[in-house]
Amino acid sequence: MSILFTNASILGAEPTDIRTEGATIAEIGTGLPAGDSLVIDASGLIALPGLIDLHTHLRQPGREDAETVLSGTKAAAAGGFTCVHAMANTTPTQDTAGVVEQVAKLGKKAGYAYVQPVGAVTVGLKGERLAELEAMFESRANVTMFSDDGQCVSDPVLMRRALEYVRSFGGVIAQHAQEPRLTEGAQMHEGDVSAEIGLAGWPAVAEESIIARDCLLTQHVGSRLHVLHVSTKGSVELIRWAKAQGINVTAEATPHHISLDHSKARSYDPRFKVNPPLRTETDIAALKEAIADGTIDTIGTDHAPHPVEGKDCEWAAGAFGMTGLETALPVIHHELVNSGILDWAGVARVMSTKPAEIGGIADQGRPIAVGEPANMCFYDPDAPFTVRGAEQNTKSTNTPWEGVTLPGRVMHTVFRGHLTCREGKVTE
Amino acid sequence: MKHLLNAGDLDIAEVLTILDTAETMRDTNKRSIRKLPALAGRTVALMFFEDSTRTRLSFEAAAKRLSADVLNFSAKGSSLSKGESLKDTAQTLAAMGAEAFVIRHSASGAAHRLAHSGWIDAPIINGGDGTHQHPTQALLDAFTMRRHLVGDDRLGKDLSGKKVVIVGDILHSRVARSNLDLLSTLGAEVTLVAPPTLLPVGIGNWPATIRYSLDEAIEEGPDAIMMLRVQHERMTGSGGGFFPSPEEYHRLYGLNMERMGKLPSHTILLHPGPMNRGLEISAEAADQDRSVVLEQVENGVYVRMAVLYLSLANEATA
Repeated sequence: MSILFTNASILGAEPTDIRTEGATIAEIGTGLPAGDSLVIDASGLIALPGLIDLHTHLRQPGREDAETVLSGTKAAAAGGFTCVHAMANTTPTQDTAGVVEQVAKLGKKAGYAYVQPVGAVTVGLKGERLAELEAMFESRANVTMFSDDGQCVSDPVLMRRALEYVRSFGGVIAQHAQEPRLTEGAQMHEGDVSAEIGLAGWPAVAEESIIARDCLLTQHVGSRLHVLHVSTKGSVELIRWAKAQGINVTAEATPHHISLDHSKARSYDPRFKVNPPLRTETDIAALKEAIADGTIDTIGTDHAPHPVEGKDCEWAAGAFGMTGLETALPVIHHELVNSGILDWAGVARVMSTKPAEIGGIADQGRPIAVGEPANMCFYDPDAPFTVRGAEQNTKSTNTPWEGVTLPGRVMHTVFRGHLTCREGKVTE
Repeated sequence: MKHLLNAGDLDIAEVLTILDTAETMRDTNKRSIRKLPALAGRTVALMFFEDSTRTRLSFEAAAKRLSADVLNFSAKGSSLSKGESLKDTAQTLAAMGAEAFVIRHSASGAAHRLAHSGWIDAPIINGGDGTHQHPTQALLDAFTMRRHLVGDDRLGKDLSGKKVVIVGDILHSRVARSNLDLLSTLGAEVTLVAPPTLLPVGIGNWPATIRYSLDEAIEEGPDAIMMLRVQHERMTGSGGGFFPSPEEYHRLYGLNMERMGKLPSHTILLHPGPMNRGLEISAEAADQDRSVVLEQVENGVYVRMAVLYLSLANEATA
């Protein structure tokens, strides 16, 4: 199949035509003849390499009521993603070669995005003993990233062993930094709002103390660490320091942590309940600065779908997490591009190129150039839309943006030469 | 007043209306039949997802003295452990004809959620939510203080210039939060006293003086001193380690007769109950004349009568 996108703006540059041929970008230039190609008018659209999320919860196997690989990857396609990393906290846990292969296979069958399973660091995410990391790496799923996300690998000895162990095949440990004793019963960011509204606080130091420890462990054993969903100014400063020391650490921020603050909890609406919690304006400013200077390497959605009953309840009973695949790019546009923090090349860097490097995805995160794989996203920066959770492709409706108007939307997504999203609608 | 969720939501006029109405309710005590027909034919639901015998009985007594019918729901333990859904319970009681809901819940914000979720459309009265608010407790405390500190000419009066000291586990106390909000509205000066481990982060922004020393607070001659209950499960290291031992807590923050003796003679002693005698308060101090603890319990009924009456009366004319 050949597709000709006319007058697209690659990373915000002058309009040009892009032709795909099969799974490859075949031609780029002005005035390309239509030939037998499917012609799509991309005037006014920004062409970006297909987005890659290092942090997606697809819930399958085990919680198909919240999401399936199929519904999650449809949501990915609608959001401009061509690759998602499926976190390991499924039931059963993705801690064996068999389960990661099952997830990868479900992704392949769905066909909406490349699904790269993330392996658990410890068996059952229990933090007691290492899962068979090498077996998952050697499996057909070829897992290179490992995380107990949802749980922190809090035992320092176990974390050291994990970091050491993955060195043999170049793996990376992605840490959910949360000191468990400091966050027992925590419901939101610890600060003046938590004190006012009487919800148990999750102090910033609970994140920062683990990041500090892990950076030092990574330095000590000479390994690779990726810090998931960084949320505090202190964490940013620690990561900046670690990078300056030459420690091999990368870091991620989520769209919601750079845009929403802890005052949202005053509504007691569990749609704003997330782990780590929404922080302060000061933290948000520090995260943005870190994205601008490269201290934060990637944007990860932490797409965390839940069934309705998980959020249609009182705050304390509500589940942690928000959906994010379908709103990530418009939120980044609003928060980072419109404010001049990133240009579109910068967006491509933090949402595609760097995630591909960290996740070890060879055929994605590539530039839009002749001969490169045809994984692309076409975004209309002038198509504001109002978010309605019930209208999204994810099975769940727990978006923090319900009723909010975002500035633009993904119009087309191309995954390995196939249109997975066309005119804002996921293709069937 | 559609809902009563948070003591801080009330403006001074609303507070004075409630306190003055409670005085009227109190006058019913002088009658041979202590019952008013004001809410005859109306139905009040008491939803207690958390154990609280005295608050539930107080609301029940208040509703019944106003001739309202009462639907009583109580869940042992937490809603989470038992699987009760707040939404389903409220909608079920509404279907049975409940027109106003008193809710007690271990989760902060449960009353707020019930009032704003769209699950039901009825006045919601917060009977205590987690570590957040207990507005009727604050109202009954203010009512009791006004009776003692303002005197016979108290109708329409606030507590301007009165000094109130609140001592103990501020961190987990909905009573402290509610009282601080309400007393600030009424013009009182509030001092909060606790070890630093029992004070929330961000308390520096609260409209109160913060002290770590009870003796220093007593030296300032407060008009009222309120001792908060210490929860046994939080006393020692295994349960949270907020202070080293009951003995040390009592030595530093317990109200005993020696400390009572240093207070001005007019100072009244309040406690939301139940009291831990020998911990936050000695037995002697708890029982002496200046203790108004039982009066607080009695006044609670009048204040809750006023709140139920104002909620449902307004509802009827809305």
